[in-house]
Amino acid sequence: MIRLDYEIIADIIEPGSKVLDLGCGDGELLSLLKQKKDCRGTGIEISPEEIFKCMERGVSVAQGSIDSDFDVYEDKRFDYVILNESLQQVLNIEKVLSESLRIGKKVIVGIPNFCDVRARFQLFFMGKVPVTESLPYKWYNTPNLRFLSLKDFRDFCFEKGINIEKACYLSEGRKVLWCTNLFADSGIFVLKRG
Amino acid sequence: MPNQGCRKRLSVSNKTVVQTQYVTFSDDITLKSGARLGPVTVAYETYGQLNTEKSNAILILHAFTGDAHAAFYHEGAKDPGWWDAMIGPGKAFDTNKYFFICPNVLGSCKGTTGPMSVDPKTAKPYGLTFPVITIEDMVDVQKHLLDHLGIKKLLSCAGGSMGGMQAMTWALRYPEMLHSSIVIAACHRHTAQQIAFHEVGRQAVMADPDWKGGNYYGTTVPASGLSLARMIGHITYMSWMSMEQKFGRKLRDKDKLGYDLSKDFEVQSYLEYRGKSFVDRFDANSYLYLTKAMDYFDLAEGRKLGEVFQDVKADLLVISFTSDWLYPSSQSQEMVRALKANDVDVSYVEIKSDYGHDAFLVEFEDQTRVISNYLAKVQKERVLGRNL
Repeated sequence: MIRLDYEIIADIIEPGSKVLDLGCGDGELLSLLKQKKDCRGTGIEISPEEIFKCMERGVSVAQGSIDSDFDVYEDKRFDYVILNESLQQVLNIEKVLSESLRIGKKVIVGIPNFCDVRARFQLFFMGKVPVTESLPYKWYNTPNLRFLSLKDFRDFCFEKGINIEKACYLSEGRKVLWCTNLFADSGIFVLKRG
Repeated sequence: MPNQGCRKRLSVSNKTVVQTQYVTFSDDITLKSGARLGPVTVAYETYGQLNTEKSNAILILHAFTGDAHAAFYHEGAKDPGWWDAMIGPGKAFDTNKYFFICPNVLGSCKGTTGPMSVDPKTAKPYGLTFPVITIEDMVDVQKHLLDHLGIKKLLSCAGGSMGGMQAMTWALRYPEMLHSSIVIAACHRHTAQQIAFHEVGRQAVMADPDWKGGNYYGTTVPASGLSLARMIGHITYMSWMSMEQKFGRKLRDKDKLGYDLSKDFEVQSYLEYRGKSFVDRFDANSYLYLTKAMDYFDLAEGRKLGEVFQDVKADLLVISFTSDWLYPSSQSQEMVRALKANDVDVSYVEIKSDYGHDAFLVEFEDQTRVISNYLAKVQKERVLGRNL
């Protein structure tokens, strides 16, 4: 079973593309892109255990933090830079996004929605910081540093003059087509420099 | 035509026994310094079987005081080769799948021509008449060996420390001759600190009256100098943590402090033992020449590393260890960044370890996970040409 977000990202990416996956985790997405789309991909990952898994999958990966190597790449080095489920874990969002948009012709961002209906319910009726499928962590062990909604992200792109070329919204493994900021637990955006 | 199978047989104790082989190149080679040297004998061992396409050959490159005996056992030996935990059937470097060649480096004293070898012109050991050599010269001699074995392209070359310097040099010097290179606990240039430690070691050797300007062959060897050099070196190969864990403040054969200048602490005896046992297995002049070769090592030589790596055609795997302060991760990361800038397919893993620089010899579980999968990937993508 391929994760829906991976499937959507693989559908977006054109065959033979050159891809940089920032925060590539266990390398499953890169491996999928290599097999299905004949992509030339490489990843950056900080967790040693995930690095070992990447090596087991046979994907190229370098251990490091997401923002460690932007300066070695010239403009538009990659067809796609992917930040799937990783952007909310970086401190300097603006720098990471603007650099990604510089070195990549397009940037694909996948983020969890901190304001979907389940999260809002838990916050409002239970008075607790939400724990949902897309936000599985407790307040004390979450790696997430930024807490944003899909709407927040769209507003951010508008403010910064970033074009959202395409957006896909998901909830529990299905696509969400309306009231996305309420019903979707995560979103995938295809961004281009404005 | 040389025997390209693994020269080995099973001994009674069920240990696989291997033999060191030798080949002599009669023509002079020109060294980086411009000096000429010849004939050159190379000691090497091979493990596994070379396939008919000759596409599964991997060059194993040893560190400073290593030798050609990387794996399995010599006849009657109690201990196996220096990287036996990594090379063998089903191991990181799998002898069921690949063919391995491990040559002893030029300038060493373990079978390949070095200062201890007899100069045919004088019928005496070279001593200090041996020309100064570089990492590049070591690699050039290895290239001769591969030509001799009829291997046109390596699946990979791999080594730690000085072996890593050779692996990196291979990728630059013979870019067409390898699909990949595995650079472990190494650097792209020796830094002031690394040179400084080597210099102290060399001074220790040369201050020993028994060194006699390098002409000690057939007489007393400069044991105290070489042993002191090794003690210093050994400290740099360990980490604060590994020394603390291994020795702490443990006393040696004593219940309480002696309040004299005799050896109180375990770590003192350990270093002394390490130093003394080294004298029995290594030549003092080789120590001088090989440390100098490493000190000369600087891939960029004043240029930008990014420019130097332009010609790299191999895929790279770079491995460093968290507690290695002699060849710190930052040096590996510098290489990785310069390789990335040149669009080289590079993977980088920093393995967590308390063993310091020695980690590449002992942390075999994590290295195995990384290297065995990496070699499979290189073989699939670059030799079989499949993106699977």
